[in-house]
Amino acid sequence: MARLVVDPVSRIEGHLRIEAQVDGGKISDAWSAGTMFRGIEIILKDRDPREAWIWTQRICGVCTMVHALASVRAVEDALGVDVPDNARIVRNLIAGSQLVQDHVVHFYHLHALDWVDVAAALKADPAKTSQIAQSISDYEKSSTTYFKGVQARVKGVVDSGQLSLFASGYWGHPAYHLPPEVNLLAVAHYLEALAWQKDFIRIHATLGGKNPHPQTFLVGGMPTAMDANEPFAVINPETITFMRKLVKEARKFVDQVYIPDVLAIAPLYKEWFGYGEGLGNFLSYGDYSSGNQKDPNSFLFPRGVVLGRDISKVHPVDASKITEFVNHSWYEYAGDHGDGKHPYQGETNPKYTGPKPPFEYLDVDKKYSWLKAPRYDNKPMEVGPLARMVVGYAAGQPDIKAAIDGVLKKLNAPPTVLFSTLGRIAARALESQIMAHKLESWVDELASNMAHGKTAIFNPIRWDPATWPSGTSGYGWHEAPRGALGHWVEIEGKTIKNYQAVVPTTWNGGPRDATGQRGAYEAALLNTPVADPQRPLEILRTVHSFDPCIACAVHVVDAKGREYTKIPRVD
Amino acid sequence: MLTPETDLSGALARRGISRRQLVKFCSATLATLALPERYLAQTVAAVGKAKKPVLVWLQFQDCTGCSESILRSSHPDVADVVLDLLSWEYHEVIMAGAGAKANAVLERVVKEEKGKYLCIVEGAIPTADDGVYCTIGGDSAVHIAEKVCRNAAATIAVGACAFDGGLVRAKPNPTGALGVQEAVPGIKVINMAGCPHNPVNTAAVLVHYLTFNDVPALDQYNRPLFAYGRVIHDQCERRAHYDAGRFVTEWGDEGHRKGWCLYKMGCKGPSATFNCPVVQWNDHTSWPIRAGHGCIGCASPRFWDHMSPFYERLPQVPGFGVEVTAGEIGLGLTGAVIAGVTAHGLIKMIKPAPKPEPAAAATEKEN
Repeated sequence: MARLVVDPVSRIEGHLRIEAQVDGGKISDAWSAGTMFRGIEIILKDRDPREAWIWTQRICGVCTMVHALASVRAVEDALGVDVPDNARIVRNLIAGSQLVQDHVVHFYHLHALDWVDVAAALKADPAKTSQIAQSISDYEKSSTTYFKGVQARVKGVVDSGQLSLFASGYWGHPAYHLPPEVNLLAVAHYLEALAWQKDFIRIHATLGGKNPHPQTFLVGGMPTAMDANEPFAVINPETITFMRKLVKEARKFVDQVYIPDVLAIAPLYKEWFGYGEGLGNFLSYGDYSSGNQKDPNSFLFPRGVVLGRDISKVHPVDASKITEFVNHSWYEYAGDHGDGKHPYQGETNPKYTGPKPPFEYLDVDKKYSWLKAPRYDNKPMEVGPLARMVVGYAAGQPDIKAAIDGVLKKLNAPPTVLFSTLGRIAARALESQIMAHKLESWVDELASNMAHGKTAIFNPIRWDPATWPSGTSGYGWHEAPRGALGHWVEIEGKTIKNYQAVVPTTWNGGPRDATGQRGAYEAALLNTPVADPQRPLEILRTVHSFDPCIACAVHVVDAKGREYTKIPRVD
Repeated sequence: MLTPETDLSGALARRGISRRQLVKFCSATLATLALPERYLAQTVAAVGKAKKPVLVWLQFQDCTGCSESILRSSHPDVADVVLDLLSWEYHEVIMAGAGAKANAVLERVVKEEKGKYLCIVEGAIPTADDGVYCTIGGDSAVHIAEKVCRNAAATIAVGACAFDGGLVRAKPNPTGALGVQEAVPGIKVINMAGCPHNPVNTAAVLVHYLTFNDVPALDQYNRPLFAYGRVIHDQCERRAHYDAGRFVTEWGDEGHRKGWCLYKMGCKGPSATFNCPVVQWNDHTSWPIRAGHGCIGCASPRFWDHMSPFYERLPQVPGFGVEVTAGEIGLGLTGAVIAGVTAHGLIKMIKPAPKPEPAAAATEKEN
């Protein structure tokens, strides 16, 4: 049959296009294409590396702050500056809050409508929904009256004939099979999560003035001055109390709403433990240090590589094995030998060779995406919550092991069910819970340091550019909500000579490489059933399980084709 | 099925909103707009209309931060905006459908609601190389914008990128990125500058439009004066420290812990206009200067090139000193003044406005 095109893939960050070959009701091949390019690294050239984080933060406004963190870490690495312990704690708190908030938004607002039929919620008996809600959670909003109110609100929207965001939905699709009462429960929590996420993220406003794009971070620390006796210090007893309240509420929301909902819905879609398997190779840089950020043994989420679904072995991560290919991407390398390039050797030039818009199909045999194809040791890898949980499980991290074993016991299933569309959803929920339980400890650490007069939060030794070497380079890694994120920077004189970001969605959503190996989305879509090609709900389920972020994924170093000096230092 | 004539209280009840909630929301919005309370009845009636105006939200060269920002809207609550205030029919990041079905909704709105719907644009529009740097559904952003914005009653450009190209257009502007008003010349545009836009202001503009069927008074950049008419420095809670000569001189020093002025750390508050210090962010929780980092002037024209380097002290600001107020820096009043905004707060931007340039220009020399 003709190729199926989904463009735009909605409920994601950015502009993604999926083309799929469907044979006999199943996907026999798939191509993932990023269709937007900005060139932020080109724009960064010649600017002050101390402000690179402000620019790179704008790579993404959903996982807002992750690029800021990777950027300051890269510049700090290049300049050889360590940050005070309070800066580590505040960064953990900001990033951990981002992870929890982002995952909740993903589940309810970006992913739930793939599983939840909003129209079917109108048929629900609110009393039965109330019974279900009370049987799975202690969350207080669970009365029949409450669910009646939610149902009335949805009915109002539907009866008006103006369906707003739901106008384009696939309501009544045969792949939806939740009972009406569970649909109503999920719709209620869609609205609750909408209210909670904006309340919780005030922790970013406290520590960064606003969200999205909190205006915090410094090369050398954080601008969130601490003082127990100064009411205008950013971190003071009052803001500590406020943040403690927010993280407690986050823990409650995850424990009482998010986790019970995932556990209630997943068994009703059990067949999706058998779809969306993907590559079976997983990469995690690891992050969230309890002490020294340079020591991976101090990480909450371990660093490591798992290959070929073999969880008996965790391989170490070797930064020199990371390369990016452009054989199927709209860039060209000088000489064009078809090889991958390490980020320090970036010399990419955008060169669009696709069809002139408006077009019907991309030429997928040639170049077809603005995303490059990153590889680790020439292998395609999956990154993200599933990779973190698989690596953590294989490494025996106690929190991760307990969480996964608990769920597998409930499902009466072996660990291999994790390698699936639903496995990604479960992994995301479990790590949200681990993180939600961790956040308060960082607030406590800050409070304790403050109480003991330990208030240093910025290391000034490299703030003045006069203290910098004439040329240097460095890299910074962060485990962002969507997975392994790395920034590489080269500084010459006082400015950026070369900047490169290799981001989670480039790993997951990138196209084929020199040898035709598929990227993670492309591999995961194979064998996915498609009941109705006009309404490709199943494609959305698997693609959304990765939580795509395309604006992050598209990047380039240099439009002018200049070649950069190869920096030998790769560690 | 409801009709536009259905009585207000009935329509509201069916949408699960009490009249008290509605009046409270409208009242708060009027305060943001600096409009007198006598407009309340008119606002309440307009917002409570049974047939909701249709809105489509387009995303081009964006980071989705402006979409996320509207999701942080508290007054009104985001669910109220997207479900009750308007029929929010197309918005990539949150709408239910994808691909052909979503594109069909957009086509229907453009055709059936022609001249009546509102359009919000997020992100810059790349104009170089036939628009290949951003395509949606196989069509270029510039073509989609031309079609959808041109047929809208009005277009609201949210965020720095949709306003004037923002970060994407910073030099050397690799993709020929432009803001909406330059990419689709001649249409009615309201620019909600900022990185991101502040949802309080954007919600206020939507309510203003629903109430008066018109846009609020705008400045020479088509930004609403109620939000962009006053200098940040004039509204800053750290202003007294500036006047008294108390400055932060190193991150984390005593002055930083005491909340002194960030001017010497590169704060752009004295040369930037925005109501950021007043409406603040995330349900009035805080704003960047309170959180200890200088202003980067994100609501100013072409701020990425004009306000950076962000850590360098503002150069050549006339009249800087203990006894001089920023209100005395370059008094060039432009545009109309709406009720509630005093002339005192309006100053001309210290750096000159950029001249529109040809779309193809890939490099530019500034500063």
